Amino acid sequence: MLVNRKLILAHFWFAFAVFGVALTLGAWQMFIRSPIGTWLSNPELYYRSLTAHGTVMGYVFPTLVAMGFGYAISESALEQRLVGVRWAWTGFWLIVIGSIMAVIPIALGRASVLYTFYPPLIGNLFYYLGVVLVVVGSWIWVALMSINLRVWRKAHPGAAVPLAMYANVAGSYLWAWTAVGAALELLLQIIPVAAGLKNTIDAGLARIFFSWTLHAIVYFWLMPTYIAYYTIVPRAIGGRVYSDSMARISFILFLVVAMPIGIHHTFADPQVGAGFKFIHSAFTALVALPTLLTVFTICASVEIAARLRGGRGVFGWIRALPWDNPMMLALAFSFVMLGFGGAGGLINMSYQLDASIHNTQWITGHFHLIFGGAIVIMYFAIAYDLWPHLTGRELIDVRLIRTQLWLWFVGMIVTTFPWHWVGILGMPRRMAYFDFGDPAIAPQALSVTFSAIGGFILLTSGIMFIVILARGMRAPLAEAGAYRFAVAVHQPTTVPVALNTHALWVALMIALTITNYGYPILNLATTAGTSVPAVYVGAQ
Amino acid sequence: MSTRDLFTFGNPHFTRGVGITAAILIVTAIAGFVVLPFAQPWVQFASVWDAICSAAGVPQRAASVTAPEQAKRLSEVVLTSHTLSRPSQEAIGRGATLAQRCAICHGPTGISRADSPNLAGQYAAVIYKELHDFRSGARSNAVMSPFAVNLTEEEIADLSNYYAYLPRPSAYHPTPQLPKPNIVIYGAPLRGVAPCGACHGSLDNKTGSPWLEGQSEAYMKAQLQAFASGERRNDISQQMRNIARALTPQEIEAAAAYYASQPPDVVKAVD
Repeated sequence: MLVNRKLILAHFWFAFAVFGVALTLGAWQMFIRSPIGTWLSNPELYYRSLTAHGTVMGYVFPTLVAMGFGYAISESALEQRLVGVRWAWTGFWLIVIGSIMAVIPIALGRASVLYTFYPPLIGNLFYYLGVVLVVVGSWIWVALMSINLRVWRKAHPGAAVPLAMYANVAGSYLWAWTAVGAALELLLQIIPVAAGLKNTIDAGLARIFFSWTLHAIVYFWLMPTYIAYYTIVPRAIGGRVYSDSMARISFILFLVVAMPIGIHHTFADPQVGAGFKFIHSAFTALVALPTLLTVFTICASVEIAARLRGGRGVFGWIRALPWDNPMMLALAFSFVMLGFGGAGGLINMSYQLDASIHNTQWITGHFHLIFGGAIVIMYFAIAYDLWPHLTGRELIDVRLIRTQLWLWFVGMIVTTFPWHWVGILGMPRRMAYFDFGDPAIAPQALSVTFSAIGGFILLTSGIMFIVILARGMRAPLAEAGAYRFAVAVHQPTTVPVALNTHALWVALMIALTITNYGYPILNLATTAGTSVPAVYVGAQ
Repeated sequence: MSTRDLFTFGNPHFTRGVGITAAILIVTAIAGFVVLPFAQPWVQFASVWDAICSAAGVPQRAASVTAPEQAKRLSEVVLTSHTLSRPSQEAIGRGATLAQRCAICHGPTGISRADSPNLAGQYAAVIYKELHDFRSGARSNAVMSPFAVNLTEEEIADLSNYYAYLPRPSAYHPTPQLPKPNIVIYGAPLRGVAPCGACHGSLDNKTGSPWLEGQSEAYMKAQLQAFASGERRNDISQQMRNIARALTPQEIEAAAAYYASQPPDVVKAVD
């Protein structure tokens, strides 16, 4: 029952429009610092572009996809009209205004601080206020998801919350809590300096606040992807979810262990004690657990589909899968990229191994493979799956969709594999220019060139994606029927309270945040003399 | 079971969830705060508590020995966004009077004919910092130091604002303009040298860095050599010394010649 289609379409269209712009900037960045581009002679333009790319891809695009998809889930899984539609539109417009407010200072070269803010660099106040508006807009969504679930519960006392909504609300709670870190950094540290009330900033403390957000935000990006794995893919390929409980356990595990692990981003920072770095490292290892559970459950679910289609043998069933179905392709590509990206992630989270790749292009390769690859390819799949239900028109060109997914997969591999490689060779990240004529880095020129070509493959795929959706808006009308989610082999009628509510897991998430972040933050906040003078972007 | 019973020990999900989480936390904490610190044979701890404090990142009290006296003074200038903001007309006028005594080298209009820097239109922060450094002894020069040593804080600010107020020598073209050398626009990334233009104009300008266009070639070359040899050391955090040491003599020549050949009117306007 999708009633507020305009609301959902508005979220998706704004998300994909800014995604298109940021993707173009990304491809340009790959090109301009590769040996095939001619250097602009102005690093400032590069960092401007990099800030815009990161801000859009990190804050605006995935948040809007999660929100749009969340509203769709709320209406179709709960089969009730969205409560608080006006608030939902308010949240949407806050994000639109915030995005524009943030992008203007970036374009003017007044906020080239990269999306991770990097204090003591301080950019224009309006950039930060824009980001705050985006976050506030998304918090409205968090509240609405919680309210809608509550309304449904009242009408259905004791009933099992549909898996899609259960996971969706878990994702929204995770975001609500993880965004608090960056919000504290902005409100307590950066904005007072950007507004001219202070001249110094505690860069070390600011980095710890940001690490609170920086890792769990990835799991917030990941949530729509995982929801699609569990609740869209099995239905789309004619299978069933192998285990509803396993799915719920995966989502609550994300809620609990995605948060208290962010300090693995600051392994090289001297202001955090080694003991806390170890604890965060150990908890990061635990995050592999829900992913491994998911890979198992989804493979089993897919196998059910294959066997229903007549697949036989230990591995013979794989051939019986509907490989011409875009959803099947997207899932397979996503899993391959998740596998490689996850393996790389195990290196990043290891206290010692991290030392060899810290701040190198390896890291950039890693998060592009996971986020740009495994996660975003499922965003495409979600959009393709929802589009006919949102527009009331059919997406006819399945071959084009398959080509688009193939190109995205190939492009992402061609981009990120050489990126990892030059990282191992020691190429630093966040550099605007490399002199490949120098014998010391000349051997890396070939890898970087491949990587840049991969960037253009991705751009082509991204343009195709937008064209397919735009054409879908003008296709002949066709009733798509009610939007449904996959059913489990054993569809639950009752679920234990712990797996039907979020309270216990939210409590554990907050408790672990306090144990794992409490002392490092308190220590830095109360130690005198830890602030440094701010460095104002574009100031003289 | 109702929601009310969720947080009770009778609920196996609660006991297992909290129990497993607490167990993992305790095991990792023991490993991170006790076992691993003692596993480092090169670090000595007085007690278990000492190891825990170290692993938690408790700031260590600094040793009670006093730092050795610096053989040479370092720059102590602090610039904030309020240091030189909005000078009054009187302040600029006082600066003009004071600047009479600078005119013999830096020119009556702030344009030098003596291989001294052109000060007309130079950023106020730059003149402010250099005068402070000459006064404190962080930078020394047989001619400049005696002038600066008796200046008050207010006089330094007035002089800085006066010279910043003067128009730049716009139509001043000492030599034909040279193309940008690599060191100015690319730097030398492999030697850790940022492009000159990233701080001194051409690409961007950073607080406290002078614009260099149209300055004396001999002066700029001499300063780069002085930074390289360590004779001049009033650059905070050694930023110029690190760069100058890594430059080749040819790069020093090229950078000085390039900036000297540029007309100062290309300098980015400051708001």
